[in-house]
Amino acid sequence: MTDTLPADPAGSAYFLDFETGEERRATFAVIVDNEPGVLHRVVGLFSARGYNIESLTVAETDHAVHTSRITIVTRGREGVLAQIKAQLGKIVQVRQVFEVGGDPRWVERELALVKVRGTGEHRVEALRIAEIFRARVIDTGTDSFVFELTGAPDKINKFETLMRPLGLVEVSRTGVLSIARGAERV
Amino acid sequence: MTAHQTISPAPVTAAEKLTGAEIVVRALVDQGVDTLFGYPGGAVLPIYDALFHEPRLKHVLVRHEQGAGHAAEGYARSTGRPGVVLVTSGPGATNAVTPIVDALMDSIPLVVITGQVPTHLIGSDAFQECDTVGITRSATKHNVLVKDVRDLARAIHEAFHIATSGRPGPVLIDIPKDVQFASCPYTPPGEVRFAHAYAPRRLGDPARVREAVELIASARRPILYVGGGVINAGPTASEALRAFAGATGAPVTATLMGLGAYPASGPQWLGMLGMHGAYEANHAMHDCDVMVCVGARFDDRVTGKLDAFSPGSKKIHIDIDPSSIGKIVHCDVAIVGDAGEVLAQMLDAWAGRQPADLSPWWAQIDGWRARNGFAYAPSDTVIKPQYAVERLYALTRGAEAGGREVYISTEVGQHQMWAAQFFHFHQPNRWMTSGGLGTMGYGLPAAVGIQVAHPDALVIDIAGEASVQMTMQEISTAVQYELPIKVFILNNEWMGMVRQWQQLLHGERYSHSYASALPDFVKLAEAYGAVGLRAETPAELDAKIMQMIDTPRPVIFDCRVAKDENCLPMIPSGKAHNDMILADMAAELGSLIEDDGKRLV
Repeated sequence: MTDTLPADPAGSAYFLDFETGEERRATFAVIVDNEPGVLHRVVGLFSARGYNIESLTVAETDHAVHTSRITIVTRGREGVLAQIKAQLGKIVQVRQVFEVGGDPRWVERELALVKVRGTGEHRVEALRIAEIFRARVIDTGTDSFVFELTGAPDKINKFETLMRPLGLVEVSRTGVLSIARGAERV
Repeated sequence: MTAHQTISPAPVTAAEKLTGAEIVVRALVDQGVDTLFGYPGGAVLPIYDALFHEPRLKHVLVRHEQGAGHAAEGYARSTGRPGVVLVTSGPGATNAVTPIVDALMDSIPLVVITGQVPTHLIGSDAFQECDTVGITRSATKHNVLVKDVRDLARAIHEAFHIATSGRPGPVLIDIPKDVQFASCPYTPPGEVRFAHAYAPRRLGDPARVREAVELIASARRPILYVGGGVINAGPTASEALRAFAGATGAPVTATLMGLGAYPASGPQWLGMLGMHGAYEANHAMHDCDVMVCVGARFDDRVTGKLDAFSPGSKKIHIDIDPSSIGKIVHCDVAIVGDAGEVLAQMLDAWAGRQPADLSPWWAQIDGWRARNGFAYAPSDTVIKPQYAVERLYALTRGAEAGGREVYISTEVGQHQMWAAQFFHFHQPNRWMTSGGLGTMGYGLPAAVGIQVAHPDALVIDIAGEASVQMTMQEISTAVQYELPIKVFILNNEWMGMVRQWQQLLHGERYSHSYASALPDFVKLAEAYGAVGLRAETPAELDAKIMQMIDTPRPVIFDCRVAKDENCLPMIPSGKAHNDMILADMAAELGSLIEDDGKRLV
């Protein structure tokens, strides 16, 4: 069971949030026992209590001890985010919950596949921007590219924005992954 | 999720192999279970076969799986031990969902075992198949489908651990029929390694405990607001509460779920708080300077209008569930831990302090008490429902004095609130009611479970004629097992609370809240093999109640009460604690609720 103590006044879902709190984006890294139904419990918690999910990634990360890592990007006011953390901590299969978004001790990365269609100047410009972003070309035709790009979510958003006038067709993103900096495991 | 193996194989400790069904029975015995509430069906027949050979487990055959769940809840709440339910797949499981959610909301430890179609048929829409773990995932504290017999003993032992520790709740184990037939060595409780790292904290943070005690010591208008968490933490928690209340001199109020934690006869008792709570309790909550919430969760029936909830107080919140703290109301000192352990810690930290001089606070409280918020207009021609509960309480004192324990369950509605207001509890675990979910039909099967656990006690379901018909068939269970439960129906022919809200909030348009065809409850009792009694006038009430108490068989008591009595006092929707409607203001009821309030539940 994780030690989730929403002890400070910021944990209030009422006094601060319903009235005055600003919504913010938050990323939670959730270490869970890898067994059937865990993802359903986590996702069900979000839908049952009316929380948002902006992105979700999940995969087994330690086969020996059957743990998986779920990374959830959500939005909410402080009290709601404190509730999300506490509610996640209550799930029996959840071992640890970390809030990692905006914390300089953690890095966040995402992978995107971006399809752009165009010819002439647009095509040249797309390729030039891709180089600046260190995106790889993984498929090409005479009038299209598929780029592979990794980075923080903001970087990928920016790339999308720049590609839009150049013939952006489609984007596929993995959602956010995160890990703590330094030598220790969480 | 790419998940497969639930739990790695259990260690082999004995050469002897048991079938899955035998493992279930053995594990239940090893967990100290003496009673199961259940209903057989195709997918649990191997377990029923194993039960046939096990004299240490008493099985109570209900008439509907919902009854099994509520009976197990009644058993659990009245004993402090987990209730166990055994039902079949498909409809057996879906019928049990309501009591499972009820137990989740009220933090009642249940272990529910459901049969499932054989593993190879799962997902094929087989006969009596349903996705039980999918359906019950948000209804349980934890659930698991056991697909390998080697995981079974561990899953059951862990289910008991999870159901009874931390914030208690229901745990469901779904067992396919082929797993019940398969065999492997059995692992007893002491040798099991749990699959999960679940380990809730019991002791409070000592620094926070000291901080709380300092705050309470500095208070001039303190109040203890206690909930079901104190009951769930066991009788020692109630003792610790009484000692702490005595040491501090603070007044005590309780939620619907917390009744009995502090004795109603105690000098510091203010009565239940909340929507239909005591006038003095709600006013004291509103005007206090330090509120100590122990094992309660600031439910909307308790707080009334949130932004006017106890505006001037510092709040201390003690709860074993971290997510309850700060969920609804901001608190100044948060202590995560078991209510009993933390109260004992606080008592230690209080040490030899003298209580502060709270006499001005008590004088204020006495002023509110003098308002007599539970007053109602008496009648000598019709039985007032409040009067019926008052007489029931008074006339059961003899049984209590004679050493016969008295347990009360209720259904949901006006009668439930009258029972909470006019029946008084002096010990924990004597009051069983559906608080969070508000399940009509809870009380009769709960009474069955209570009576099974306490064969010599006087067990009374204070009921309404509407609620009780939802699970009326369980009177047949009571007759079969010679459980002398008393179903005391406050019969006003209306869904009384619905009628009251329609009167107050919906312009007296009584849409579908009147049952113009009711059974003759006396004949119904007789048809079931129980005893039927009826009282129609205040003059005959006492004698009939005594006859009920003295009847050593199940009784259905049709108490004909005033039809249009409202349950008061009441914090109307959208109002604050110090804005209660009292019975003598009833003429203006409709005008006291504003449009904003009418939108609330």
